[in-house]
Amino acid sequence: MALRGDWVYENNGGTCVAIAGADYTVVAADTRLSVGYSIYTREFSKICTLADKCVLASSGFQGDMKALQKNLCARHLIYQHQQNKKMSCPAMAQHLSNTLYYKRFFPYYTFNILGGLDNEGKGCVYTYDAVGSYERVGYSCQGTGGTLIMPVLDNQLKSPSPLLLAARDAVTPLSESEAVDLVKDVFASATERDIYTGDKLEIIIVNAAGIRREFIDLRKD
Amino acid sequence: MAGSYGSTLRYKNVERIKSIGKHTLLGASGEVSDFQEILRYLDELIIYDNMWDDGNSLGPKEVHNYLTRVMYNRRNKFDPLFNSLVVGGVKNGQKYLGMVGMIGTHYEDNHVATGFGNHLARPLMRAEWHEDMSFEEAVKLLEKCLLVLLYRDRSAINKFQIAKITEEGVTISEPYALKTFWGFLAFQNPTKGAEGSW
Repeated sequence: MALRGDWVYENNGGTCVAIAGADYTVVAADTRLSVGYSIYTREFSKICTLADKCVLASSGFQGDMKALQKNLCARHLIYQHQQNKKMSCPAMAQHLSNTLYYKRFFPYYTFNILGGLDNEGKGCVYTYDAVGSYERVGYSCQGTGGTLIMPVLDNQLKSPSPLLLAARDAVTPLSESEAVDLVKDVFASATERDIYTGDKLEIIIVNAAGIRREFIDLRKD
Repeated sequence: MAGSYGSTLRYKNVERIKSIGKHTLLGASGEVSDFQEILRYLDELIIYDNMWDDGNSLGPKEVHNYLTRVMYNRRNKFDPLFNSLVVGGVKNGQKYLGMVGMIGTHYEDNHVATGFGNHLARPLMRAEWHEDMSFEEAVKLLEKCLLVLLYRDRSAINKFQIAKITEEGVTISEPYALKTFWGFLAFQNPTKGAEGSW
């Protein structure tokens, strides 16, 4: 039974979303931890604040999620000791990609979104797959509810085509409160149909003033 | 208190709750030999902690975190400890309760369970747990869950221990049995209409 490799992973479910704005980023994730058809706990945070302008949301296998977050926090501390400054969001983005690819042949089963402010104070969102392939985007969602949410974000945030010759910025012109409302709406929708998403929504807003946290109740069924 | 060996109920006196240091209780389900190995790991941890002799002692949060790392790292080496562990305790007035699975999945909550308990006991606890329950209420709730599990889990036997940990210390009860009721009409004469079967 232990000879097959499928026992090393399990999917603990959950959904993450991030939206970048002109001078803010919203990162959100639900707080449900599931296994199979059971719920372990309704109050488990999938978000980790790595630096004061850099927030990581992960979903997938919780053991790997926590190990990855601990790893990154520790590496950030070492960076601060060596470089005498906090890691910027683009720097952390590259580092996360390298960390994930390092375990290319025994991956971290995590689907990550990194959100924060870049060196110019503009909102940035980086989206990853399990082995470190990443891209800077204007918005993203990962996890079990990702496929339900992405089309709605595409429609509401009208992402410009990457093929346009005068390259257009992907960050949304929406205001911070409009973006937060959109996030609440998409999570309410995903909760209706995705069994792994629900209970509570944790929203983190990163802007020039710092990091703010909000909790919203979602359906518990 | 049962220790199964496949489908044989081999051991009927397995103590699956142990106290760790002054502040923590650990309960395990799964492979008993791996639990004994975990107790050896924790012995070493507690002894080294005591040797510092600095007045500090490992609390339940620390034990839970340590066990999470142990389970996760063994899973990374493809050599897991086949256990689901419940870690609980009180330190400096703060109570703590958490669970760790065999691949390192862990969480903290007001009530936890392993295995079948997740399906049968957690719903009962979600309905009836509330802040500031008395010890008697809590035992009643736990016994309700244990009874359901006794009726419905094939590998359960009617022999339990309940452990309590407070700031003052640990008490692990003597093994005892719950009162069961089997007098349902459908259970009377179970071979009626099919004599010779069981």
